[in-house]
Amino acid sequence: MSFAANHPANRAQAKVLNRFDITQRLVARLKHDEAVIGGIGYTNFDLWGAGQRAQNFYMLGSMGLAVPIALGVALAQSQRRVFALEGDGSILMQLGSLATVAARAQKNLAIVIMDNGAYQITGGQQTLTEQGADIVAIARGAGLAQSAWAADEGGFEELVDLALREDGPWLIGCRIDREKPKQTTERDPPRIRDQFMRGLGVKK
Amino acid sequence: MDEAAADRAWHEIVRDVLKRHNVSLVTYVPDNVLRPLIEAVHADPFFTAFAVAREEEGLGILSGAWMGGTRGILLMQTSGFATLPNVIASLAVPFQIPVLMLVSERGTLGEFNIGQSLVARTMRPVLDALAVEHHTMTRLDEVEFIVDRSITQAVATQAPCCFILSPLLTGGKVFAA
Repeated sequence: MSFAANHPANRAQAKVLNRFDITQRLVARLKHDEAVIGGIGYTNFDLWGAGQRAQNFYMLGSMGLAVPIALGVALAQSQRRVFALEGDGSILMQLGSLATVAARAQKNLAIVIMDNGAYQITGGQQTLTEQGADIVAIARGAGLAQSAWAADEGGFEELVDLALREDGPWLIGCRIDREKPKQTTERDPPRIRDQFMRGLGVKK
Repeated sequence: MDEAAADRAWHEIVRDVLKRHNVSLVTYVPDNVLRPLIEAVHADPFFTAFAVAREEEGLGILSGAWMGGTRGILLMQTSGFATLPNVIASLAVPFQIPVLMLVSERGTLGEFNIGQSLVARTMRPVLDALAVEHHTMTRLDEVEFIVDRSITQAVATQAPCCFILSPLLTGGKVFAA
């Protein structure tokens, strides 16, 4: 896999990044109203903190569903690139969705996994990734051939650029630290949904 | 009732009403009773239909698709519905997303699997607790009216809706003695 040649072979070799920093780096690269689905917890809070966009959807429950929701948006709007931001604990709940994305071969979809090995919001209990599970290896096994660990900040940006430019589906694994999020998402579901639909041009 | 309905099976009526309402995305976890409907939507290029690993995932996909401008329905059996309360309560209802659900009812009228008969008892209490509109279809002549009117209502009121296919309508799954 030539695109992955410069990326770590496994989780242990990936640099530990900062969640808010890479979220900002991602958002800064979105120039074409790409949709972003933020999974529950700190992934979502830092997406909110990185600057609210009308094309961001912030989940407030339904743990594990960032990837399915993103797949649904991608199916409905094939011309728009869609990113799912999901934590390690969350994706571990819905590993089947990786196989579904692979089976659909959804070209306009990219999945970013923020892996700190912990259920941080509930007190930092270990997840299975801290005990040996490698999400990128799991994703490849599920059929997502274009899956890679981000080596460092530059590697993350390189993978995001690939996902913006080339056909997906993509999965970018990011090891992250356990810093607290910068802000907390405003918990107003109808407003979040309405704004998102307007941001996608579905509502005028 | 539509005159033509008399000549159509339940699954043909459902397929036709879905098309009329532009419900083009079908996610499902398969069930024997649902098989003719699943085959019908796969055979018709109007629909995008695929199986998912879990019912929750199917509901998530429909939610994203709705927000992106595409209507969809999730097909499943009773035991699959039992995996959904958290997602209905934390995604579909609070975000006001009119996901459509169609459940093949197991657990009653001749059920042979005790697990099915027990889990089936949780379905309507969950729907009622979350105030989700639901209708049990028992006769061929009511299928069109229920599905047609309920899709209109779901979209207009931005609320999920669940259709339950009774064995009285479908024949259900019969114990192979």
